[in-house]
Amino acid sequence: MAGASTEPELPFRILPRLTDLNRDFWTGGRAGELRFQRCRQCGYYNHPPTPVCPSCHSKELRFEPVSGRATLWTFTVNYQPWMPGPELPFVVAIVALPEQEGLRLTTNLVGVEPDQVKIGMELEVTFENHDDEVWIPLFRPVAAS
Amino acid sequence: MIDPSLVIEKRALISGVGQSDVGRRLYRDPLELTLDACLAAIADAGLTTADIDGVATYPGPMAQPAGFSGAGVVDVHDALRLELGWWSGGIESPGQLGSVINACLAVASGLATHVLCFRSVYEGSAQGEKGRASVMPGGDGGSGGFRASGFMEWTLPFSAPSAAIWIAMMAQRHFYEFGTTREQLAQIALNARKNAALNPKAIYRDPMSMEDYLGIRMISSPFCLYDCDAPCDGATAVIVSRADTAADLRKPGIQVEAVGTALRGRPSWDQFDDLTTMACRDAAAQMWTRTDLKPSDVQLAEMYDGFSFITMAWLEAMGFCGKGESGPFVEGGAAIARDGVIPLNTHGGQLSAGRLHGYGFLHEACVQLWGEGGERQVPGDPEVGVAAAGGGPLAGALLLTRRR
Repeated sequence: MAGASTEPELPFRILPRLTDLNRDFWTGGRAGELRFQRCRQCGYYNHPPTPVCPSCHSKELRFEPVSGRATLWTFTVNYQPWMPGPELPFVVAIVALPEQEGLRLTTNLVGVEPDQVKIGMELEVTFENHDDEVWIPLFRPVAAS
Repeated sequence: MIDPSLVIEKRALISGVGQSDVGRRLYRDPLELTLDACLAAIADAGLTTADIDGVATYPGPMAQPAGFSGAGVVDVHDALRLELGWWSGGIESPGQLGSVINACLAVASGLATHVLCFRSVYEGSAQGEKGRASVMPGGDGGSGGFRASGFMEWTLPFSAPSAAIWIAMMAQRHFYEFGTTREQLAQIALNARKNAALNPKAIYRDPMSMEDYLGIRMISSPFCLYDCDAPCDGATAVIVSRADTAADLRKPGIQVEAVGTALRGRPSWDQFDDLTTMACRDAAAQMWTRTDLKPSDVQLAEMYDGFSFITMAWLEAMGFCGKGESGPFVEGGAAIARDGVIPLNTHGGQLSAGRLHGYGFLHEACVQLWGEGGERQVPGDPEVGVAAAGGGPLAGALLLTRRR
C-alpha cells in the first residue's frame, strides 16, 4: 500500500472536523492504512461511521484496515472552479471497495489523465497529508504504482 | 394496488396557483416575492386570506446556502395574519414537493381546509455578479478555519461541493451501463429551451441548437453549462384544498389522484444502491400502487431538471420508457415535445425557466391541466399530468387529473 504523498505542493482542501467517530478514518494514512469502521459482532463494514451497527445494532464497532484496493464505480471530470482546490480539471470518483458489496467512497483520482479514466479500472489508495493532522485518501491506477 | 380507501390524498385538490415575478437577479425583498406568489394563488382559487388555515413550505428558513430560502412558514403566517389549524416547514421531506404532499394529508385528515404551500428562492441575487462560487461552503478559501461536517464531510475534502458533481457521477454511470450519450442528454436541455421560448416568464428564451449545446463549456462531465439549472429569484405558491370545498372555489380543482414519497435505498448521494435511478425509482413506483391510472394515461409530465440527467431518471422511474432506455427515448426530441408521446417540462423547466426549485413543475402541470398555457398550451385538452421533483436521495411525485 502506498505511503504518504510526496507531492511538493498540496492543493487547498477543506478538511473534515475530526471527532471520536471519524478520527480513525481520516488519520489512517499516517500508517499508510485505509480504514473503515467494522462491526465486531457481524463483520459489517459501516460507512460513514455511526455509533450503532446498522446491520445487527451492536455497539461494538472499531476501525480496521482494508486492502486499499478499489474498482472505479463512476467518476466526473470537473472543470468548474467551485472553490479553491486541485488544478482544473480534476477527477472526482466514487470507488467500490472489494471488502463488501455496496461499500463505496467518494474520492479523487490522481496519477491518471482525465481522458484515460475508465469505469471498472483497478485502483489503489494513496494519501495526501495535511498538517500531519488529516490524511485524505485518494486513488490512483494500480498500474501507475 | 393498495386498498383504495387508504389513498386519502384523493380528498385533496389544487385550487389555485400563483407566481411572483421571476428573474435572473431581481434584487427585491424575498418576502415580498413570496407574498406576491401567495396572494396570487389565494386569488386564483377564489379565496381570501381568511379562508387559509394551513401553511406548508420547503425548506423553511435557512441562512445557508445564500438565497436558498426566501421565507419560512412563520414569515408568511404573520405577514398575512393567518389563523392556522396546521402548518409544516422543513427540508427533511421527499423532495421539494414533499411539502405539498404533507398539505394533501393535512386537508384529508381535517386538520386544515385550505393550505397555502410555497417555495421561495433568491439564489440569483444572493450570488450576485460573483456567481455560485461566492456562496459555496469554503468558497472563501477556507478563511475562518471552516471544517466540513455532516454529509459534506465526505464530499468537501475531495473538492466536490456541488450537486452538479454528485449527479454528474450518476449520469456517467448511466452512460456506462446503458450507452447513453451526450447528444441524447442534450434533448432535455433543447426541449426545455424550445418550450421556454413560449413562456414569457422564462429566464432564457433564445433558441438553442445541438451545436450550441455541444460547444458550450463543460462544468462536470458529462454535464456542460446547459445541463445545469439557472439560479434565479422568484416564488411559487399553490393552494391545496379539501375536495368537498369544490363549490366554494373559482375554478374546477385539480384532483390529486395519487402521490409517491418512498425512499427504499440509503439516504445518500454515493451509497444509494442504484445511482442510475436515484430515489425517483421508489417515489414513482409507490405512486403507481395508489391509482388505477397507468403511465400511458399521462398526457404531460413536469419533472425535475436541476440537472438534465435527473429528468432522464424520472422518465424511466415513471414508466414512460423502460429502465436504462431514456437515452433512445428522448433521442431526436420528438417523444418529449409538446406534441409528442409525453410533453415534458412545457414551461422550460429549471434549465431555461429558472431554478424555482420543484414548485415550478407543479405550477406548470396545473396551468396546463386548466388549459391556461397560452402559446405553450399542450394540444388535445389534457386531463392527466404528473409533477415530480427531487434528485439523488430526494424524490416526491404527484399524479394530477382535472376535475370536470
